[in-house]
Amino acid sequence: MNRYPLWKNLLILGVILVGLLLAWPNLYSQDPAIEITAARGQNISAASLGEITAALENAKVPLKHIEVLEGGKLLARFNSAGEQLQAQDAIDQTLSERYRTALTQSADLPGWMRWLGLKPMNLGLDLRGGIHVVIDVDLEAALEQAIERYSNDLRGQLREQKVRYLAINRDGERLQIIFEDAATRDTAERQLRREFSGLSFAVSDDAGGITLLASLPEAEQRQIKDFALEQNITTLRNRVNALGIAEPSIARQGERRIVVQLPGAQDPGRLKEILGATATLEYRLVDTEGSVADAVAGRMPVGSKLYKDRDGQPILLKRRVIVTGDQITDASAGFDSQSGTPAVFVNLDGQGARRMHDVTTENVGKPMAVVFIENRTTTKLVNGEPVKTTRKVEEVISVATIREPFGRRFQTTGLDSSTEAHNTALLLRSGALAAPIEIVEERTIGPSLGQDNIDQGLNSVLIGFVLVVLFMGVYYRVFGLVANAVLLLNLVLIVAVLGLLGATLTMPGIAGIVLTIGMAVDANVLIFERIREEVRIGNSPQASIAAGYEKALSSIIDANITTLIAALMLFSFGTGPVKGFAVTLAIGLVTSMFTAITCSRAAINLLFGGKRLKSLPV
Amino acid sequence: MFAIQLPNLDFLAQRRRALIFSGALMAISLLSLLIFGLNRGLDFTGGTLIEVGYSQPADLAAVRTALASGDFGTVMVQQFGSTRDVLLRIPPVGEVNDAELSQRVLKVLNDAAPGQVELRRVEFVGPQVGKELAEQSGLAVLFSVIGILIYVALRFEWRFSVGAIAATLHDALLILGVFALFQLDFDLNVLAAVLTVIGYSLNDTIVVFDRVRENFRKLRKGEPLEIMNQSVNETMSRTIITAGTVLFVVLALYSFGGESLRGFSLALMIGVISGTYSTIYIASATAVMLGVSRADLMRAPVESVIDGRP
Repeated sequence: MNRYPLWKNLLILGVILVGLLLAWPNLYSQDPAIEITAARGQNISAASLGEITAALENAKVPLKHIEVLEGGKLLARFNSAGEQLQAQDAIDQTLSERYRTALTQSADLPGWMRWLGLKPMNLGLDLRGGIHVVIDVDLEAALEQAIERYSNDLRGQLREQKVRYLAINRDGERLQIIFEDAATRDTAERQLRREFSGLSFAVSDDAGGITLLASLPEAEQRQIKDFALEQNITTLRNRVNALGIAEPSIARQGERRIVVQLPGAQDPGRLKEILGATATLEYRLVDTEGSVADAVAGRMPVGSKLYKDRDGQPILLKRRVIVTGDQITDASAGFDSQSGTPAVFVNLDGQGARRMHDVTTENVGKPMAVVFIENRTTTKLVNGEPVKTTRKVEEVISVATIREPFGRRFQTTGLDSSTEAHNTALLLRSGALAAPIEIVEERTIGPSLGQDNIDQGLNSVLIGFVLVVLFMGVYYRVFGLVANAVLLLNLVLIVAVLGLLGATLTMPGIAGIVLTIGMAVDANVLIFERIREEVRIGNSPQASIAAGYEKALSSIIDANITTLIAALMLFSFGTGPVKGFAVTLAIGLVTSMFTAITCSRAAINLLFGGKRLKSLPV
Repeated sequence: MFAIQLPNLDFLAQRRRALIFSGALMAISLLSLLIFGLNRGLDFTGGTLIEVGYSQPADLAAVRTALASGDFGTVMVQQFGSTRDVLLRIPPVGEVNDAELSQRVLKVLNDAAPGQVELRRVEFVGPQVGKELAEQSGLAVLFSVIGILIYVALRFEWRFSVGAIAATLHDALLILGVFALFQLDFDLNVLAAVLTVIGYSLNDTIVVFDRVRENFRKLRKGEPLEIMNQSVNETMSRTIITAGTVLFVVLALYSFGGESLRGFSLALMIGVISGTYSTIYIASATAVMLGVSRADLMRAPVESVIDGRP
């Protein structure tokens, strides 16, 4: 009695081997490394490898290993963090035109392991250092903008179709289009229904006159919000990529939040500036006929709008925009070759280039203005409730005379500093945000604290483990040793499953593992105490083993399921750190049930099964 | 055989004294919660927390003076873990969601002691997020209690369920009471610990109840009280050993896990000790007082969830 069939033993052996294999990569040390990607318009080729190796040799930085990764990246490893930084300097100084660098870490795995696709666990930001921010997207503002856009489009459409209307007014989330007579309104309704399938129209003849009401259906509103969020994620991703940070993670959280995680990033100030900025540029013609003084006094010339320049002086610009920020395909910072002042070199897409060419051809000799637009969001508490206000800051940063027609590529000057030129170029390159955003949570961990956390975490796992192992060995002797072996296997399996699920290990996660160590032996304690009881009431050793495992089973399962319920609740309601704890706790509970019930039984069966025993070393 | 020799004790005879003791504990905990309230950490209140490391032991007075020159409102400055580490807490003021505040503070500190300050950690939580975290945490506690209650009721009987929940709430409330009384920082980690204790305490209680059910079925004779007592005694060595191993590892966490896990491990420590006590005195006593009888348990399904036989 007390023997497992062969298949069961083989299955257990299989799980152990797979677990060991999956957990193995975690034993290798992490090398400081640099990830090298090609700059815009460049490629990583075989020549890049030689070029970078040569640059590092020139700078006398010893290179440990360099290789081409998938997706057009190079990974260079170094022996120390100091050499890693020197190498980044060397590459940035000599090859910054063509390559972008990002600091990262990479496990020093042997080739076959990499070939199998094995990877060490992901370490959370609290263990490796980095920045975690949660960004709230102002979706109401996105909706607002959409309504505004529709109101312009409706105007344009009616004008184009030569349908006369008296006014288009905002009424909450609806647009009121007022007509002189019902016949015109009906024509308009037909026209608009055909053109604007996203809007729903309704006729109304109450106090406001003969009116057509246009509103956004629920589904359309949701789509607009979804689109704004997705667009913001794309833009943020572009911006983060431009910053040169390896392995960034940008993910949607819930309905209106975005989580940005940047391992290894060190400068939260700059990051927040770049993430939150909503700057874009607009090119407009200057209204040279209208009088600025009249406009300031309130008599605005038709088709013009009043702006201010950086010194606060009023300036009158045409309402029609020549080119907006989203038509810009590329932008880079540099210096104006004549004046030496900071400049942004701008490339336009086909449509923008055509328009720019048309407008500049017609207006040679006239001044054109560049407007810098930024949305600044602030939140204030009003009666205890936070109220968000988004202020649109529009400034004319430069006015220049059009000397000759130009199109696809040109430059803009008038920026305050080369930093501003640099940031503006970066923002133009990555596109504008579809809706204003605000940082609502930030957690930054410096690299030294990350390392401290790892050390302390490992220490407490180790010490907790040793204490439990010593106790179990002394108290239960051979059975205790089995429990200890199973406990070690449990640790290996937790690490393996964490790697397999691609879960991230955090400091609370380590706490979860430590706690699992303490609780995992509980199953074995239950079984062993039961076996002792059975022995005490005079059962044979073999029968005691069988009865001990069998009778303890329902207690073990009941006990683990209740804790599992708590862990699942923690996982579904918790955020960030708490989630990490819940994940390791839940994984630990499941693996500990498997190891403490099945694996320990297999070991006991192998040791004692089918033998004639006088007593049990329990 | 090397084993803890335990005398067969009449635990439940002490149940009235235990109830008075627990009642007093609960009253103190509730009063502390009402009078002092929980010292809610940044996770729930919102605000900014900055941890900086100095290259030499930090002069807190100098740090305060430097900060007073900037307009940051009330800044709490304290040592954290070692003499070189300083923790700054800045509660949210009027203008909320000020994510740039930490940059300004760091700049002031850097100007006051150039080259000596190293950023170790920044945590900024907007008040809205804090409110949400508090809400979600409350829901997490509520749903786990409900989920466990349903599970225990299905597997056992409602009287046991009530006993288990009474014991569990006792432990959770005691932790909250201690944190309120000593005004310890109550953050998300501590909350996670409270939930873990809920799981652990139940785990403990269920092992005893499992034995009670088994004994009710096995022993034809005996008053419920006697059977309860016997079951508690039979599982006593397991209860002590498991509590012991968990305490070992939690102590390891407390002593070596670093400053940020101290509250977490303290809460667990209280919970493990209280959980062991409450299993014996609260859970079983409640079930007995509610009048649990053999007939109640005979109807319970006899099934093993997993076939453990070879």
